[in-house]
Amino acid sequence: MADLINLTIDGVALAVPKGMLIVDAAKTIEKDIPVFCYHPKLKPVGLCRMCLVEVGTPKIDPATKQIVKDEAGATVIAWQPKLTTACTTPVSEGMSVRTQSKPVIDAREDVLEFLLTSHPLDCPVCDKGGECPLQNLTLAHGPAVSRYDYADKQHNDKHAPLGDLMFIDRERCIQCARCIRFQDDIADDHVLQFHNRGRAEEVITFSTPGFDSYFGGNTSDICPVGALTTADFRFKGRPWELKTAASVCGHCAVGCNTALNTRLNTRTGVREIKRVMPRQNEQVNEIWLCDKGRYGHHFTHAANRLTHPLIRKDGALQEATWESALQLISDKLKTVPGQKVVGVIGDRLATEDAWLFGRLMTDVIGAAPAFVSPRTASAYADVARAAGLGADADFKALGKGDVIVVVNGDVEEQAPVWFLRLRQAVVDRGAKLIVAHHRSTKMHRYAAGIARFAPGAAAQWVAGQPAELAALKDARNAVIVFGDEKLSGHNARALAQSLAHALAEAGHADKPNSGLVPLYPHGNTQGVCDAVDPSRGAMPESADVAWLAGVGDPADAPRAGFTIVSELFLTPLAAAADVVLPAAAPAEREGSYTSGDLRAQRFWPAHPAHGESRPDWWAFQEVARRMGKDWSFGGPEAIFAALAAAHPAYNGLSYAGLAAVKPQWPMVGRAEVNFGGTVYDNTAGLGARTARVPVGGAAEAPVEPTLADLTRPEPALYRAGDLIRHSAVLAGRLV
Amino acid sequence: MAKHLLLRDLDIPNIREIEVYQANDGYAAWHKAVTTMKGEDVLGIVKDAGLRGRGGAGFPAGLKWSFIPKDVFPKYVVVNGDESEPGTFKDHQLIRGNPHQVIEGTALCAFAIGSNLAYIYLRGEFSEPGKALEKALDEAYAKGMLGKNLFGTNYSLDIRVHYGAGAYICGEESALLESLEGRIGQPRLKPPFPATNGLYNKPTVINNVETLANVPLIVHNGAAWYKAMGTEKSTGVKLFSVSGHVKNPGNYELELGKFSIQDLLDMAGGSSTGRPIKAVLPAGSSSPIIPAANFGAKLDYESMGTIGSVLGSCSFIFMDDSVNMVWAARKMIRFFKHESCGKCTPCREGTNWALKLYNKMLSGEGGKADIDLIADVNKQIIGKCFCPLGEFATSSMTFTLKHFKQDYIDFVEKKMGGSPEFLAELARDAHATHGGH
Repeated sequence: MADLINLTIDGVALAVPKGMLIVDAAKTIEKDIPVFCYHPKLKPVGLCRMCLVEVGTPKIDPATKQIVKDEAGATVIAWQPKLTTACTTPVSEGMSVRTQSKPVIDAREDVLEFLLTSHPLDCPVCDKGGECPLQNLTLAHGPAVSRYDYADKQHNDKHAPLGDLMFIDRERCIQCARCIRFQDDIADDHVLQFHNRGRAEEVITFSTPGFDSYFGGNTSDICPVGALTTADFRFKGRPWELKTAASVCGHCAVGCNTALNTRLNTRTGVREIKRVMPRQNEQVNEIWLCDKGRYGHHFTHAANRLTHPLIRKDGALQEATWESALQLISDKLKTVPGQKVVGVIGDRLATEDAWLFGRLMTDVIGAAPAFVSPRTASAYADVARAAGLGADADFKALGKGDVIVVVNGDVEEQAPVWFLRLRQAVVDRGAKLIVAHHRSTKMHRYAAGIARFAPGAAAQWVAGQPAELAALKDARNAVIVFGDEKLSGHNARALAQSLAHALAEAGHADKPNSGLVPLYPHGNTQGVCDAVDPSRGAMPESADVAWLAGVGDPADAPRAGFTIVSELFLTPLAAAADVVLPAAAPAEREGSYTSGDLRAQRFWPAHPAHGESRPDWWAFQEVARRMGKDWSFGGPEAIFAALAAAHPAYNGLSYAGLAAVKPQWPMVGRAEVNFGGTVYDNTAGLGARTARVPVGGAAEAPVEPTLADLTRPEPALYRAGDLIRHSAVLAGRLV
Repeated sequence: MAKHLLLRDLDIPNIREIEVYQANDGYAAWHKAVTTMKGEDVLGIVKDAGLRGRGGAGFPAGLKWSFIPKDVFPKYVVVNGDESEPGTFKDHQLIRGNPHQVIEGTALCAFAIGSNLAYIYLRGEFSEPGKALEKALDEAYAKGMLGKNLFGTNYSLDIRVHYGAGAYICGEESALLESLEGRIGQPRLKPPFPATNGLYNKPTVINNVETLANVPLIVHNGAAWYKAMGTEKSTGVKLFSVSGHVKNPGNYELELGKFSIQDLLDMAGGSSTGRPIKAVLPAGSSSPIIPAANFGAKLDYESMGTIGSVLGSCSFIFMDDSVNMVWAARKMIRFFKHESCGKCTPCREGTNWALKLYNKMLSGEGGKADIDLIADVNKQIIGKCFCPLGEFATSSMTFTLKHFKQDYIDFVEKKMGGSPEFLAELARDAHATHGGH
C-alpha cells in the first residue's frame, strides 16, 4: 500500500496516495477543479491556469520548527499569497486547499474570459458542441457578456489540414498543448509542435505525410475545444444526435473497447456508424484507440455488402432466399460422407460462431475439426493459450524489475495500443525491454538489449539459448510478445513452444503477470482457435464440400465440388462459390472476442443488420437443425454458456460476468468530459480473463524457412485488407 | 573617478586582447584556482563575498552554485547573455570590451561546481559582441587557458557560444535552456529547478554575464576585499545602463548602496531636453516606474524595495515631463504582447487584450470606461502567470495607473488620442508587427 497523505479540501478531510496531484485528489471526493491543459493521462504542465486554487500548509514556527496550533488546538494554516495550479502541485501532509473561495472563483472567471477573447463564438456549427469542455466551463464560470470588442477578434484559418486524417481550426485552439504532449509523451511520434509565439502561437505538423502517427485520432478526443476534428467525423453529426453501442475492435489482438456512435440517416432510414470512440478499460486500451480502429469501420456500411443469399444457377450466382440456400446446403451435406467435408473458419468471426461451426463440422456432419484461417496463427494458438498471461495480468502493472521481450514482432504495426502501453512500462516505469528481430521496429528505440537473427530464424535464435534471454532469470515478471513474421505455421509453433519453455525455465510459468503474448493478425484469433480446436495438419487438396466462413486467403481454401461461403462481401472465394451466405457485420450483432492477452469481451449491436444478412452462428444452427440436430440456441449468450461449460479456458464465465464493471481510475468518460475528454466510460463490461489450459506434445524443432515464408510481406497496420480498404479516409495511408 | 573593475575597457586600451588582459592580472585567478585550489574553495570565496546575481533577481550566486549536486555528471554552466530587457546594454559592453573577464568568470564558476562544459548564450542580435567573444575564446584556447588538462592538471574545460533567435523570454533561465536545447523558447515548470534538472536534465548553474565578470576579481582579491564595497546585503559594484532623456547615456559602474537615483541622473548629465525628469524605469519595461519624488532612494537591492520598485537589471530609462504615461505604457505593453511566448493564458491573451485597449486610447476612441477596463485586465493577469514575464508585463500598467492616473484621465478628457502622431505610430506598428495579430 502506498503511503497515504492527509489533507483537507474545502474542509473535507481525505487521505490519498503520496505524489498525487491536488486536482486528482479533489477528484477522489468528486470535487471538480476545472482544467484545460491538464489531462490525467498526460504529464502536468500547468499552462492554461484554469485550475488555480488556494493552497496552505501547516504553519511552522521558525524557532521551534514545530507546527503552530491556535487556542483551540487546531493547526494554523499558512496560506500561500499567490494562487497555485492544482494540476502541478502534489499533495503534502496537512495541506489545506480551497477550491471555492472568492479569489479562486474570480481567477477562473478571469482566465476563462481571457480564453474567450480569442475563441470564436461558433458553437452552433462546431463538431465539439455538446461535448466541449470549454463550452461547459463557460456555462459554469464564464462571463454573461463579453467585454472584449468583437471587432478585435482575430481570424485564423478554420479548416487547416494537419495531414489527411485531422483538421485544425486555428481560431478554436486554446494552446493547451494536450495534442502535442500526447504525441510526445504517449505516442512518441514527435510530429506536432508549436510554431510562433504569443497570440500567434499555433500547432503545426512537420512530418510527411502530415500528422504521421497511428494514434492521431486520440488528440481529437482529448482536445478540450473543437480545434481538432477528424476527417472521418467532422460535419457528420452533432454529439446529441448520436446513439451509442458498446463494442470491441476486431482489427488486431488488443481488443480495444470501443463505443460505436450511430446516427439515423433520415434519407435512407438506415442507422449508420458515424464514429468509433474509445471506451475506457484500464486493463485493455485505457482510453486510447489507434487510427485503424477508429477509422476502419466503413466496411459495415459499404455499398457492396452482400444483402441476400446467393445460389449458383446456370453458372452464375443469383439472389435466393435464406430458406432455399439453407435447404440446398443441408441437402448437399446429407449426401456426402462427413470425412469428405472440409470446414475453414476465419479468425474474424465471433467465438460463438466458431464454437457452433466447430460442433457443426465434428458433431453434426462428422467431418474432421475445422481449419482456422490464417493457418500460421492457428498453428500456435494452443501454445499461447497454455502459456498466456495470468488472470490479473495488466501491462500497467509492469515496471521496474520486470522484463519485456519482443521476439519477431513489430508491436506498433501489429498491436498499436499495446505499443503505447508497453512503451510506458519501459520508458515511464522502468521495465527492461529486450527486442529480437531481423529488422528494426519502433520498439527498438526503448530496448535495453537488442538481438538480431536472420529473417525467418526466430525459433532457431531462441533454441540457441541467446544471452539476451538470460535477463528472464532475474525478472520479477516476464512478458514475451512474439509475432509470426516470415514464419511458417510449423516454425511459428516451434517459436511459441521455445518461448514458453524459456518462461517456464526462468520460473515465470505460473506467475499472474507473466506469460506469452502473441501478435495475432485479428481480434479473435485466440477465441476462434479456442472454440474450434483447429486441425493443424495439411489441408486436403480436394473435398466434396467445403464451407468457408469468413476466409480471406484463397490459399486456405481447398478445391471442392461444392463450396459454401459465409461472407460480408463478394470476395474472390465467394464469387467462385456455389452458395454464398451474407453475414452480419460485428456492429450488427452480439458476440464475444478473446484477445491476444486472453481476455474475453462482449460486443453489442449498434444498428440493424444490412439487407438480409444474418449472424454466422444463426446460419450454422439452421443448417444443423435441417440435418436433424436439435439445436435451439436463442443467441450468443446461450452459445457462450455452452462453450463455457465445455471449454476449460472459459469455465465459470458467463455473459453476465463479461458485462460486469468496476470503477476505473482515472475517472474519465462521459460525465467527466471536462476532465478526460470525449472517451466513453465503461458501463457495458470490462470482460474477463480466460484461463490457461495446459498443452501436450513435445517441442518441435524449427526448420529452414522456405522462399514462400521469406517473401511474405512484413506486417503493416494499414496493409490493405478486405475491411479497411472500404475506409476512404484511410486511402492515403494504405500499403 | 575610481578605476573600473568591470568596465576595464574604459581604463585599459585593448584589454579585449588576451596579452593585455593577462598583463593586467588576467587569468591569474584562473591559474591559481586550477593549480592550487579545490572547487569548493572557489565556491566558498564567492559565497563569502556575498555576490548577488546581476541578471535582475539578485539571488546570491555562491548559494546558487552550492545547490549543484556533487555526484551527478555531467554538470553545466550556462551564461545568460540574452540581455533582452529594453534599456539594458551592460552585458553588451562587457562582452565586447572585456570578454576575457567574462570567460575567466565562467571558467571559475565551472571549476567551482566541477563542470567541464559551459555555454555562453547570447541573444541572436549580438553578432558584434559575439565576434569579440569568439575571438577571445580562440585566444584563450590558443594560450592554454581552456581545453584539455589545463595547466598540466587533469581538469578540462570547454566553453562554447550559442546564439538565440531573439526572444525576450529566453532571458528567463528555463526558457533559455529550452532554446539552448533546440526547442521553442518557453519556460519550464518549476520545480524541478535547473540546479538539479537543468540543461539536458542535468545539474546546471545559470548566471548572468555581469555576475560572472565579478568572479575573477573576487577570487583574485578575496572575499573581504569585495565585501568592503557596497552595503552589507548588496556587496560590490554594479553596472547601470542609463538611457532616455539624459545628456550622457551609457553604462555606469557604481558601488552598490552609495549613490541615489538622483546621483545617477546627475552623473549622466541630467535632463537632455532641459525639461524636468518626470520618472524613471529602473529595470527596463518590466519594472515599477519611479516618480521623480522618489529619486532620493539609494541604489541597492534593499533600498529600491522600500520605494516599491526593484534594482533588477539596472537599466534606468529616464523620462522627462513631455512623456505621456499612457503612451509609455502602451509602448511597453506592445513589447510584452509581442514577446509573450504564448504558453500561459493570462500573459498570451491578457497582453493582447491590453494592447488593443491602449491602441483604442491612442486612436482617440478610448473613454473613461476603457481606463477601468485596462485596470481590470491588468488585475486579471497579476498573480496568475506561468513565469515572471507575464507578471512583468503588468508593471507598466499597474504603476503608471498608480503614479500617473491623471495622465490617463487627461488623455481622455483632453482628447489627446487620435493625434496625427499617434495615428502614424499605430499605423507604423500595425505594419511592423510580425508574428502577431
